[in-house]
Amino acid sequence: MDTSQSPEAETVLRLSGITKRFGALVANDAISLTLRRGEVVALLGENGAGKTTLMNILFGHYTADEGEIEAFGKPLPPGDPHAALGAGIGMVHQHFTLADQMTVLENIVLGTRPIWSLSLGKAQARAKIRKLAADYGLEVEPDRMITDLSVGERQRVEILKALYREARILILDEPTAVLTPMETDALFATLKKLVAAGLSVIFISHKLGEVQAVSDRVVVLRGGRLAGERKTSEATRRELAELMVGGQLPVNEIGPPHPGAVLFELKGVSTPALGGAALKQVSLSLRGGEITGLAGISGNGQAALAALISGTLDAREGEIVVHGTHVGEWSPRAALDNGLGRIPEDRHATGMIGDMSVAENVISEAYRSPRFSRFGFLNWKAASGFADEIIRAYDVKCPSADARVRLLSGGNMQKLILGRAFDGNPDIILASQPTRGLDVGAVAYVHARLIEARDRGAAVLVISEDLDEIQTLSDRIVVMHRGQLSKPSARGELSVMELGELMAGHGPDEGAPHAA
Amino acid sequence: MSEAFDILFTVSFWVAAIRIASPLIFATMGELICERAGVLNLGIEGIMVAGAFTGWFTVYMGGDLWTGVLVAALTGAAFGFLHGFLTVPLGLSQHVTGIGITLLASSLTYFTYRILLPEVTSPPKIEPFQPLPVLVLSDIPVLGPALFNQTPLTYLAYLSVAAVAFVLYRTPVGVAVRAVGENPAAVEAQGISVTAVRMGAVMAGSALMAVGGAFLTMSAFNSFFFEMINGRGWIAIALVVFGSWRPGKALLGAILFAAFDAYQVRLQQITGGVIPSQIFLMMPFVLSIVALVVVARRASYPKALMTPYQKGER
Repeated sequence: MDTSQSPEAETVLRLSGITKRFGALVANDAISLTLRRGEVVALLGENGAGKTTLMNILFGHYTADEGEIEAFGKPLPPGDPHAALGAGIGMVHQHFTLADQMTVLENIVLGTRPIWSLSLGKAQARAKIRKLAADYGLEVEPDRMITDLSVGERQRVEILKALYREARILILDEPTAVLTPMETDALFATLKKLVAAGLSVIFISHKLGEVQAVSDRVVVLRGGRLAGERKTSEATRRELAELMVGGQLPVNEIGPPHPGAVLFELKGVSTPALGGAALKQVSLSLRGGEITGLAGISGNGQAALAALISGTLDAREGEIVVHGTHVGEWSPRAALDNGLGRIPEDRHATGMIGDMSVAENVISEAYRSPRFSRFGFLNWKAASGFADEIIRAYDVKCPSADARVRLLSGGNMQKLILGRAFDGNPDIILASQPTRGLDVGAVAYVHARLIEARDRGAAVLVISEDLDEIQTLSDRIVVMHRGQLSKPSARGELSVMELGELMAGHGPDEGAPHAA
Repeated sequence: MSEAFDILFTVSFWVAAIRIASPLIFATMGELICERAGVLNLGIEGIMVAGAFTGWFTVYMGGDLWTGVLVAALTGAAFGFLHGFLTVPLGLSQHVTGIGITLLASSLTYFTYRILLPEVTSPPKIEPFQPLPVLVLSDIPVLGPALFNQTPLTYLAYLSVAAVAFVLYRTPVGVAVRAVGENPAAVEAQGISVTAVRMGAVMAGSALMAVGGAFLTMSAFNSFFFEMINGRGWIAIALVVFGSWRPGKALLGAILFAAFDAYQVRLQQITGGVIPSQIFLMMPFVLSIVALVVVARRASYPKALMTPYQKGER
């Protein structure tokens, strides 16, 4: 393999003219790309630009409609993950492909031994995993169960899976989305070691900062097409952003806050666990005219907090004070009646009912009001009128109020949710992961509406795993770790790294005998 | 009342318990394999009927006993193929398909029985497997005759537990089966066909179920008659849950259930008709529900159980 004598390193992977259609949607339109030995190519693009589709074709999860793939000079048969693995291509998916109730070792060994062999060769495998882990900074104990691992550790297992199979090309799909800033740094260090060892890496991302930090070359996709290609060292951040978005990056002006009265308050609230950690003695007050950002790694109690505020999870102890009055029974209905606007974390699971129409979905929080029903009968005219209103006011792209919601894109679905949540100008707003999976335009739109709500005096709580988003929006930042909240800090008071430390639980207060 | 207690110390009670447990062990291991691979197999009851008949009929027509066992296993695998094909590549509802398989397999069997043996009034008998004492081990007091003076099919049942446990936890194919029941995408990403692993597991599991059925005709009752499976398949499904999808615990559950069953028969004889016999018949089932409530609530089930996997779906 080391026979190449050209000054340019040999080409290890060549995609030519890849086209993939899903029905009428062209996800990839004649995309070509090359990867050389020992380089990191960043595949930059917004959500929906076709990055993941392209990589799924490369890895054989999808079959391309047109185009060819060549790995190490040999054509790669389409639609065959086994062939891709055999050709030395390893992929770390955005959503990990691990079996939770099995050990690290079992997950790694799966598929690497002759299927009818009578032994797993555990001792040998364990030694090899330990060596790879030590060489590349991927420490993880081979005999632990996946369920017991942190997200960062799971990602290391995914990388180890590829290295264990002697992968020469590693594809990482949005690898930093789930990591803390420190874990991200550790990942980048690992990638440097891999490249030094002669591997090639494709790094998929929509974050400019990361792309600049880690890559040698940037390939930009937009709307399924190749928008441009630059050497990282020669490209400016602005240039890359414009290639990615296809114009100016939308920027929201955010003025100084005008904090008012406390509209919503939690006092020493504890809850059962839900989708991660339970809340332990959490106190939090939200003022009108202020955006409070809650940062934290997923699974640290954000889900429990959001459910508590929405009224779907009961507190074990502590008090909830709304508009200055203590509330006894807090339920989803009480929350809505008290003026809570809710943007749920998962649009598909808890935000909208995909198989019901736009009109049905937008009245789902208000169907009891006399506006939409009388004597138990729904007023469909009013409902579709309301849906049309939201469609117009929020610029939702959808065929009609009768269309089923599942057919809408993520951004349009989120606009519907905004329209529903902001109807009647609620003065307490809970936004969980409000921009997850949205493209830059939709993100800017959602942010603008949240800022608008703040400026008219609403108390806004934004829960997000995206630190950039937290820092952009928040007048005040709190960090959640293992079900507990840090002290609030003002905008700009803490650096990314300091926030990262808090997210990882190494708070400045921790262990200090006289914490303020 | 001490009489009721004394039953527990009689050899014949334990011999009966193990004999009753044998078909349950086969069936439970079969269902366990299917569910570990993510496929619920409610065809079990019918597959046992079919296995009971084909095994018995092979011997009735002059075949060797072991040939009968093999034919039963193949019958099971064939119905397993049908269940697997409908639920894995086609992704149909596993509940509905399973119930369909049970109805199809049992009705088809009764129909075939009537066609092949139109004249008989009392079920014809075959020469069944005979008890085969294992040297030395069978001389251990009480446990010896109970565990090691049984027919070869019972020993095969023990063996099936060991084999299932070994394969699931110590071999590549077992890791693939467990992974496909936890997260099919993990298996796909490692270059293994989800369809092949699930189909194979369902066929192997169904073969074991059918051998469990054949035990009844070839090692217990010596003949085939209608309704002879009598809910044993459904019990096996409960036993898989009771055993938290682990072979060893499931074996324990099968023996426990069988012991209750053997116990209630003897208890009926002692109480001599004061209490209606149906109460006793009901007892093992009531106890199995109670046991399920107590044991299975915190069991961690295979995450992808009953979830069809479609390649390339987003």
